[in-house]
Amino acid sequence: MTEAAAIEAPVAAAAPDDILLRVDHLVKHFPITRGIIIQRVIGAVRAVDDISFEVRRGETFGLVGESGCGKSTTGRTILQLYPPTSGHVYFEGQDLVGLNGNDMRRMRRRMQMIFQDPYASLNPRMTVGEIIGEPLIVHQTVRGPAILQRVDELLELVGLNPAFSNRYPHEFSGGQRQRIGVARALALNPAFIVCDEPISALDVSIQAQVVNLLDDLQDKFGLTYLFIAHDLSMVRHICDRVAVMYLGVLVEQAERDELYTQPLHPYSQALLSAVPVADPQVEEKRKRIILEGDVPSPANPPSGCRFRTRCWLAEKVCAEKVPAWREILPGHWVACHLVDSSGALTPGVSGEGR
Amino acid sequence: MAILQQESSPRMLRDLGTSPRVLDVTDLATQFKTSDGVVHAVNGVSFHLDAGETLGIVGESGCGKTVTVLSMLRLIPEPPGRVIRGQAVFLGKDLLKMTPDEIRQVRGAQIAMVFQDPMTSFNPVLTIGRQLTEPLEIHLGMTGKQANARAAELLEIVGIPKAADRLGDYPHQFSGGMRQRVMIAMALSCTPQILIADEPTTALDVTIQAQIVELVKRLRDEIGMAIIWITHDLGIIAGLAQRVAVMYGGYIIEHAPVRELYANPLHPYTIGLIGSLPRLDRRRERLESIDGLPPTLYEEPKYCPFADRCTFVHDRCRQENPPLIQVAPHHEAACWVDVRTGGLRA
Repeated sequence: MTEAAAIEAPVAAAAPDDILLRVDHLVKHFPITRGIIIQRVIGAVRAVDDISFEVRRGETFGLVGESGCGKSTTGRTILQLYPPTSGHVYFEGQDLVGLNGNDMRRMRRRMQMIFQDPYASLNPRMTVGEIIGEPLIVHQTVRGPAILQRVDELLELVGLNPAFSNRYPHEFSGGQRQRIGVARALALNPAFIVCDEPISALDVSIQAQVVNLLDDLQDKFGLTYLFIAHDLSMVRHICDRVAVMYLGVLVEQAERDELYTQPLHPYSQALLSAVPVADPQVEEKRKRIILEGDVPSPANPPSGCRFRTRCWLAEKVCAEKVPAWREILPGHWVACHLVDSSGALTPGVSGEGR
Repeated sequence: MAILQQESSPRMLRDLGTSPRVLDVTDLATQFKTSDGVVHAVNGVSFHLDAGETLGIVGESGCGKTVTVLSMLRLIPEPPGRVIRGQAVFLGKDLLKMTPDEIRQVRGAQIAMVFQDPMTSFNPVLTIGRQLTEPLEIHLGMTGKQANARAAELLEIVGIPKAADRLGDYPHQFSGGMRQRVMIAMALSCTPQILIADEPTTALDVTIQAQIVELVKRLRDEIGMAIIWITHDLGIIAGLAQRVAVMYGGYIIEHAPVRELYANPLHPYTIGLIGSLPRLDRRRERLESIDGLPPTLYEEPKYCPFADRCTFVHDRCRQENPPLIQVAPHHEAACWVDVRTGGLRA
């Protein structure tokens, strides 16, 4: 990277070799079928519907949204755990879509996943040592007694006693199990980890332990995280850049502080205003935007802008046209008809009322 | 729309001419016998509730917050559970000494409860209408027709569109947020004096949570009921409660008015809990985590249950269990240490 590029990098598009992961028009639809023997496809759940973003090397990229918005599907489709319906995922320049089994397995060493539920994601019949050692055996990166040594090393790394490697998952608390999940993800020295709600099943005081652990490991190994979460306070704490997802599409993406201090999309504004702040003095003064109704079904999303059915500013154009995904300010992307080119939310931009 | 239908309800406090205290719980303790030993779930908690106020009970899973209110309402299955001591005086009568008939008159009518998971707390094979009219018929003696009209009205109050048409629907036909609204409608159906809300928004998304919290606040102001809101989320409590009790290991370890508690926490656990929260409105460099794990509760603690995780720990903390004492005006904490100086309290 040249000097000039280094200075410009945070604002303008980052230099190509700074991009670890590029998601390009990714689509994942799940078919809805009817019939038991002869199954006919009668529709599709449009879980992820054409999203694009880039994750830079060494950063934590946050993907936030409410349940059912497609954030976990995005994470899994990126890792090719679900085959994408269309679109591309470039990891270190290599398109993962359509790779054969062997090539994909080789790529998987570089990218790992930490799952939400530490109670469901660890095999109860395997010891902790077997769980953490399994990726080492599958990928044959180390062999023989070196595996045991590596397992001990990993346990120590995540703050567990190596003597525990013969125990079973049920002997551990939720926070400790999540540490085991982290150790397994780290076993192959990956560059990139998808963290799918890694702390939402944990108690508050334990969440902080796991978040601090992820933070330390990132510093130590230069890891890149895709952090999928619904806890916006935690996302602000841990992420460098954040994208907001609603019903299968991205509605806004920006640098962390910019998104939290000046959200442009009405959904981001409502979402942020709905999060309670643990400070009574702040809470007394806060004004909430209370959204009406529920999230529509992703099998039958609204026409035009998908948020329009709950948007208090929606106009005629919002039902007619899908809003373009535009870079309004440097590094600040938004998909809303009502945001003008100066980055202000201006109702009435279409010249027609609701 | 009037929520209170029978405006001169005989249960209203002013008619009783008592103090505005509606509930006084003293030294409540509950244990469970399990194959692994006796679980000391609640170890002598005391708190009170005044008419119209909101008390937040905050704590992590297993701290005893739910067991406390279930014990009070005699909803603990016996065996394996047993309320081993304590009093819970509701409007002059001890709930724990009532006959089964008497307590049934109170539950659902004068003290109503909203649970965490709105799916499992409904009967899936009965319509919403049937489940809403049942308490009206039982507690208020309404006829089927009256109850139906009232049920539709209640659904409208909690903001369910086309309420009358939805009485024939089953619980699974409602979304999570809507189900929780129906649950609240059901809890309000007999205009209770106390609403106990046990993590009612934990299973919901944050925008839906904001809807429900707003709804409960509005109803509280209109009906004037007292609320006990149980949660692990210090954020929700900050904007909702007047007083907060923090629970840990089956004890209330700190109790204060809401602003005082957040601005000036005096128990090391509360300090740690507030420090471990990321903030939406500003960024902290690093979260302060509380090391270690919560106690297992298989033994009655002989010393402070938090001592093994505490950064302020002194020798005395490992010898005696500190009582909940007043440490500042309207502020109680159960700690031998004065966290402001780091030394033991005089």
